[in-house]
Formats: sequence, structure tokens, C-alpha cells
Amino acid sequence: MTTLDPLRLTARDAKRLLVDGEISAAELTKVFLDQIAAVEDEVKAFILVTADNAAKYSTKVDREMQAMRGPLAGLPIAVKDNLVTEGVTTTCASRMLHNYQPVYTATAVRQVWDGHVVMLGKTNLDEFAMGSSTEYSAYQVTANPWDLDTVPGGSSGGSAAAVAAGEALWALGSDTGGSVRQPASLCGVVGMKPTYGAVSRYGLVAFASSLDQIGPLTRSVYDCALLLQHITGRDPRDATSVELPEPVVLPSAERLDGLRIGVPSEYLDVGLEDGVRARFDETLARIEELGGRCVEVSLPHTEYALPAFYVIAPAEASANLARFDGVRYGYRCSGPVDLADLYERTRSEGFGPEVKRRIMIGTYALSAGYYDAYYGRAQRVRSLVCRDFDHAFSQVDLIASPTSPTVAFTAGSRTSDPLAMYMSDVCTIPANLAGLPAISIPCGLSGGLPVGFQLIGPAFSENRVLEAAHALEGAIGFDTAPPFRGSRSSSGERDRGSADTTPRPEDTHP
Amino acid sequence: MSDDRRRLVGHEDGTHPDWEPVIGLEMHVELDTQTKMFCGCAVTRGDDPNLHTCPVCLAHPGALPVVNRRAVEYAARIALALNCTVRPRSVFHRKNYFYPDLPKAYQISQYDEPLATAGWFDYWVAGERLRCRINRVHMEEDAAKLIHAGGETGRIAGSDYSMVDFNRSGTPLIEIVTEPDIPSPEAAREFLQQLRATVMELGVSECTMEEGQVRWDANMSVRPAGSDALGTRTELKNMNSFRYLQQALDAEIPRQIALLEAGETIEQETLHFDPDTGITTPLRSKEEAHDYRYFPDPDLVPLEIDPAWVEELRATQPELPAARVERFMRQYGLSRADASVLAPTGALAGFYEEVVAAGAAAKAAANWTMGEYLAHLNAAGLEVGHGHVTAERLARLVMLVEDGTVSTSAAKEVFARMIEERAEPGEVVERHGLGQISDSAELEAIVAEVVAASPSQVEQYRGGKQQVLGFFVGRVMKATGGRANPQLVNELLRRTLDA
Repeated sequence: MTTLDPLRLTARDAKRLLVDGEISAAELTKVFLDQIAAVEDEVKAFILVTADNAAKYSTKVDREMQAMRGPLAGLPIAVKDNLVTEGVTTTCASRMLHNYQPVYTATAVRQVWDGHVVMLGKTNLDEFAMGSSTEYSAYQVTANPWDLDTVPGGSSGGSAAAVAAGEALWALGSDTGGSVRQPASLCGVVGMKPTYGAVSRYGLVAFASSLDQIGPLTRSVYDCALLLQHITGRDPRDATSVELPEPVVLPSAERLDGLRIGVPSEYLDVGLEDGVRARFDETLARIEELGGRCVEVSLPHTEYALPAFYVIAPAEASANLARFDGVRYGYRCSGPVDLADLYERTRSEGFGPEVKRRIMIGTYALSAGYYDAYYGRAQRVRSLVCRDFDHAFSQVDLIASPTSPTVAFTAGSRTSDPLAMYMSDVCTIPANLAGLPAISIPCGLSGGLPVGFQLIGPAFSENRVLEAAHALEGAIGFDTAPPFRGSRSSSGERDRGSADTTPRPEDTHP
Repeated sequence: MSDDRRRLVGHEDGTHPDWEPVIGLEMHVELDTQTKMFCGCAVTRGDDPNLHTCPVCLAHPGALPVVNRRAVEYAARIALALNCTVRPRSVFHRKNYFYPDLPKAYQISQYDEPLATAGWFDYWVAGERLRCRINRVHMEEDAAKLIHAGGETGRIAGSDYSMVDFNRSGTPLIEIVTEPDIPSPEAAREFLQQLRATVMELGVSECTMEEGQVRWDANMSVRPAGSDALGTRTELKNMNSFRYLQQALDAEIPRQIALLEAGETIEQETLHFDPDTGITTPLRSKEEAHDYRYFPDPDLVPLEIDPAWVEELRATQPELPAARVERFMRQYGLSRADASVLAPTGALAGFYEEVVAAGAAAKAAANWTMGEYLAHLNAAGLEVGHGHVTAERLARLVMLVEDGTVSTSAAKEVFARMIEERAEPGEVVERHGLGQISDSAELEAIVAEVVAASPSQVEQYRGGKQQVLGFFVGRVMKATGGRANPQLVNELLRRTLDA
């Protein structure tokens, strides 16, 4: 068996090794399970590691190689814990679902399972995907492998950290306002949010239904396209899903000749850190070197995107999370005296503070007498943001910006300041509002921490985005292996206790 | 809370010359689609609890709704029957509130962009045609069913525990909302009965009332007679009996009038009607009213409806009761009263038309169908078309009466024996000698006997008291078991008595 470096191995290379018989699926899986055993105590990327199942399934893939073929077969993956997986506890990092055993599997997960990937476990997130640092998990705080004292970003921080730390070959996340791209940026990996509707949301526990999209977190743009190929497509169970007008192609571009890249001045005016700005400018220079042309464009309503998002997303969330009422599944308060008490205490005790904050904001924004002033107006802003993009894309092929205004910040530094936390997503939110495909690729380091570069394309231009990102990635030559510097302080963590998949019967049906 | 209860106050004769009621109705109809509104679970009734559930109708995390196209078709058929415009684009909204029978804690419903708007429905009250404008027809999903165990009231308060049956959760539900055009409780009842018959005729719902497949709310206010203004309304919710609805409105009108005449104001509130006491009590007031926080459901794209598809539906609508009443009057020369009994339901109308098609005269066929036949169905608890009286047999009986083979009175016995003996009318007549006696010789003998036996009546008759003839006819009929040909009897009697 070849010695493999889990910090640098791509899915593409791993697949070649599998196909060439250099390594078995079981051995490949063991590489990642060993890395989990080595670093998970510090990184805490997983809420649940399904080591036994992974080992067993990878052996089966080896044994039944003829039947279990395909581009994904035998490649180990981590799955964000807001994607439901039949028989495997799915918590959304919330006390509310501490014991929830899904009775079905999310379409996107089902698609990769059907491709015989090996699932390593379920990754940590901000509770119900609400947050930008993964610190709002009810169970644990995930560390950024580049500096263990900093956050991995969020809400898909567990998936990003797992890939960065070599605990997974690749991962699935979800992106509502940047929840794939921002942690990818902070952890030095590739993360993509596809066009709204490109990937079925069936089985993705809803945060904000009109914004949520499932997306890949990988160590390369090629891997990103490979995973995307297998999760896109119309799903009869999701009325908002569509067939891509052209299938996702594995990227091969090395040049950007003739490509017009728009740089919106508004995105550079959001309090960018100097190091982020420097890496961004260098990357623009590389675009020119590769034959592309960078031009300034204007997206004038950018400054209203963030406030519009923080009305629309909580409004939808307030309804989406209303089903967690202690009646059918999940957490239920003890000894409710009547129905109101059941609802009040179940929800008070089951949800964390950020989730409650957003439910309150959203409920308020939809209330009689306030609807027009908040939700209605936010929707009008959303239309203006879309129009900005339409206008810009009549001039350029793609739009470039930093993914996050900052590199990874110190754990605990923003949890008491929600507005500062919300600012982490200022560059990623507009693509969600407009439903556009956007990718983040690492473009260098600042103070030893990764900086992300974002490319946004018109709706359904996944292939254009991927080709350009692939060419740029080659020119940047970023080394994905993090140094695991710093030391964890365990303050602020809450122990979830046992994270096994066996439901305690008294918990399953309250 | 007895102080909240208001005694029925009213004018004793039930009329209020200075005031007129204004009534608007909302009718909910569960559709008989095979599957639920937003998932593939079967729509059933009476099965064991929670057999027909899935992640969608149990609102498991991550599950998403997908619109049932057949439900849209059924809803559009209702809308077309109510002369509404089916809108090319309509939107599903979320109606948010917490209750254990509502698993998502929101109901997917329609709000400011409903499926269909601006229609009307003509209905008949005491021989007069009234038109009620239809505000809208929209689609939504039904809630689950709650069963409260223990306690005395069957309500959640005071029960020991409650159970939820999600079989009904997500059943397609149509809401029909009228304008406040209905002028009386009686009209409200007629409107709903005729509307229900129309919906049933469309084949989109059986509208069984016992199971709550159809239920309604009434909004009611009063205003000075002749005024155009609308007063403050109260709402009566979730009624599923025509009689209770009328009773509730009959109780609510005088209550409102009494308040207004006493210079008080009506409070906008939801009332509960107790049929045992005849009293309405407040359920919740406007201040406690829910803020449902409607907003468009982002899980569902707007419903786009091709106008060509709507035209296809329109072209394939069945004949509706109101149209059939008119046709029966025109085609069979029936009175409106008779046509209104025979025409509204498809099964009975079809039966009647078969009787006529088999050769019976239209008017006689109508009388027999509405009379003996319906009475037989009621007595035997049978549905139209079931039992041993087929349309052909009834037609043959009607024809036997027409051609004089059987007298009208004997025919009733033939009918009864047809059922008893599961036989053709001709066989029955033959077997039991129920044919009409039209043999002059035979009748002459009986007439002679009757006349001979009643000398005083003969005297009266001959003294000019012509009506005594009826006495003799009766006697002859009695003697023949009703089988004598009445015309012939008359003739023979006159001949004998006048001689």
C-alpha cells in the first residue's frame, strides 16, 4: 500500500489509486479513520463518527467491486449533520434533535450513497445552520486546523474542518448565506453553492427554504465538480429543483483567455482585512496573467443585501422550525402541565440562543402590521439585488470578490456580537438572494491563515464557474495541508455525552 | 362561564321587520383524491390510525411538499361549477399556528392569490331563484385528527391525554368563500344543500357529513332593513349539519338585533353553537384572534395553470343539478317542485330517466319514482338503483297502469309484491289476480248486488243527490279489492241507477 497523505489527497487521485488497484477502499477509508483518531480530539469536526459502518461498507465495496463500481465508489465522505440519513442520528447540532433517528435519507445523500461512497460520519454545524463560526453548536466547538484557537467558519464548519484536517476526503455542506463558502474560505478548502434548484433540498433540514442549497467541500475544484455531478438534477420530491440545462463537466481549463471578470467595488468596501485585500489583488493579477480581463462593475444594492437576508432568512426559519414542538419526535420537556407548557418549555429548552433570536426576528417580521415594512420590503430588495446581477452579467462573464472579509477569527470573539458575526457573510449572501452559483477557492494565506477567493456566475453557469476556478487554482498552487498550530482551550464547550447511533428507546418517541 | 352565555332574545313570531340579516358562508370540502395534497399517502377514511403517513405529512425534518395535480383538477372543477375565473397563476401560503393536529405548525393554504375568484351560484328557496356571489375558491390541506381520552367533554381541556391520527393530515381541502349575499337562515341551508349536491355531482367528493368531509362556517351580521351597510359580524365555526346551521343562525339573528336595539354594539367574535340549549357562546374574541403570519411558501413554486387545460375541464364538466332541473322541466314537462326532487342527484335523476326511456310516461314515472320508489328505498335503507325494483320493472308497472291492466290502487299492491317476491310486475299481477276488472258482465253482477243492498242510498240518489254515486263506487271497489276499472264502474252504476 502506498503511503497516503490525507491532508493533500484529492478524490481524483484517490479514485485513480483505487482503479489501479494501488489501494483498496477499506485501506483508503482507514487512512481517514486513522486521521480522525489522531486529530479529532482537537478538531472536533464530527458530531458522530460512523467508523464501524464505514469500515464495513468499504470492505463490501472491495468485495463487490464488480457490482459497486462508479466514479464515487469507495471514496470516503463526511456529511453535514443537517442532512437526514436513515437510521443514523441527525441532530442539526441542536438539543432539539439530540435523539432524532431519520426515517428517510436526503436525496443528495442518497445519490452519493447510491454511488457507493463510504460515509465517515456526520459533521458539526451551527445549530440548524444558523451561524458563521460553528460555535452555536449545542454539542461542541469545532477548531480550525490552521490555527486551533480560531473558528472554522460556519455553518458548515465541521465539514470544512474535516476536509482541511484530512479527516475526510471531501464533504457535503449546505449554504444559506455562505455556509459552505465562508468555512471553505476560512479552512483553505474549495466550497461551492450551486444555482438554487440545482440540488434537491429534500432531506436538508430547512433553515431558509428560498436560500438553502446543498454544496460540496473538497480539496480541489475538480473534486468539487465530480461531487456536484452526482448530486444535481431534478427531484420529484422537491418542487423547487430543476434539471441543469447542461450537465456538470469535469473541469480542465488552464487559461482564462477572453474571460471577463467583474470586480464589484461594493464588495471591497466592507472592511476587508489588509491581508485579504492583498491576496485578492494578487489573484486578480493572476487572472490577467491567465488571459482573463478584470473590469470594475457595480452592484449598487449590495449594502442592502445583508439586512434583507436577515429579514427573509429568519422569517422563513420561524415557520420552518415551528414543527419542533415536542409532539412527534425530538426533544420534549419533562412533565408538561398543558399544551402551552409543552410548547413553551420544549422550545425554550430545546433551542439555543441564536436559533431563538432568529425565530423571534422572523416571527416579528411576519407579524400583522409589520409584514410590508419588513418581509415585503426585504423581498423588494431581493429583486433589486437580482437586477444588479443581471445588469452586471450583461457586461462580464463572472464576478469575483473575497469570500470573507477576514481570515478565521479567534473562537469566542464574536459570539456575543451577533452583528459582527453576521458581517462574516456580507460577500456571500448576495449570491443566495439571487440564487446564483458561487465557488470559494483558497488563494493564499494571511498571517498563516487561508484567504478565500469567490467567483459568482449567472444562474446555471456551473461549468463556467468551475472551469475558471480550476484554471485559477492551478496558477495559485495552494497547499491544502494545515499546520495544526495553536492549542485548544476547552472553555465554552458543551458535552453532548454519548454520540452513538443507538437511540435510547425512551428518547425516540417522547 | 355562565355569565358569558347569552339567552336567546327575539321577537316571538320570528320576524324582525326593521332589520335584515346578512349571511356569508365558507364551505370546506375534503376531496376524494387517491393521494394527499402534498405527498403520496393514500386518502382513506376509517382505517386504523397513522397507517397512511410519511415524512411529508408527519412533518419530519427536511421533508418537502409537492402539489397533487389531481387535486388541482378537482378544485378547478369546483371553481368552474361556481362560475369562477380560474387564475393562470396562484400561490400557496403558509398559515402559521401551533396545534398538535398541525404537524408543520403551519397549514399550506392560499391567501391573496387563490386558485379561483369572482363567481356565482344560483340556488332556489321556496320557488324563488337567488344568486350568491362567490368570492373565491382556494386549496389547502386538512389537519390531523385529535382524539382526547378521559374527561367528560371530549375536548382537550380536562382530558387525561390526547392522541393524534395523522391519516387525515394533508388531505386535500377546498375552501369556498361566498360574498355576504345570503338573506336568511333558510336560504343559507338551501344554499349549502344545493352547493353540496353540485360538488357531489362533480365526482370530486362524496361530501359525507358525518365524517366531516364537508363542513362550514357562517359569518353573520344584521343591518337596518333596506340599508346597504354591513354591520359587525360574528362567526359560527365548523358546523357539519344543515339543521344546526339554520338553528344557530336563527338564534344569532335575534341576539344581535336585541343588542343593537338596546344601543349596544356587536363584538366581532367567533361563536360556538350548542344545539342542545340553542345558545351561542363566544369561542374567542378578535383580540385573541390568531396572527397567522401568512407568507408565500418558499417550498412551492407558484401554481401555473394553462388556460387551455381549464377549457378542457370546462368541456368535460358533468351536467350539474341546477342545469338538470331546468332540463327536466323542459324535456319532461315536470313542475319545478318535481324536477327539484328528481334532478339534483345524479343517481336518482339517472334512474328516473331510465324509467322514462323504458317507456313510462314522464309525469307518471315522476310520481312513481318520487312516491313509492323513494319510500321503498328509505324504508329498506337502500341506495338508488339497488334492490329488486329496477328502472325497467318500475316502467313496466307504470305502463300496466296506463294501459288499464292494473288500477292505480292495485298497482301499489303490485309494487309491494314485486319487492317481496323479487318479481316482474306482470308476473305479480297474474299470480295474484291483481289485474283490473274491465269485464262488463262480471262488474254488472257486482253493481247489481251493491245497488240492491243499499235501497236508502238508491232513494237519495234518485231524489237528486248525485254525490251518493261515490258511495256506490266505493262499495264496488271494496267488493273487487280495488281492481274494478273505475270508469266502467261509474258507467255501469249510472246506467243502473238512472234506469
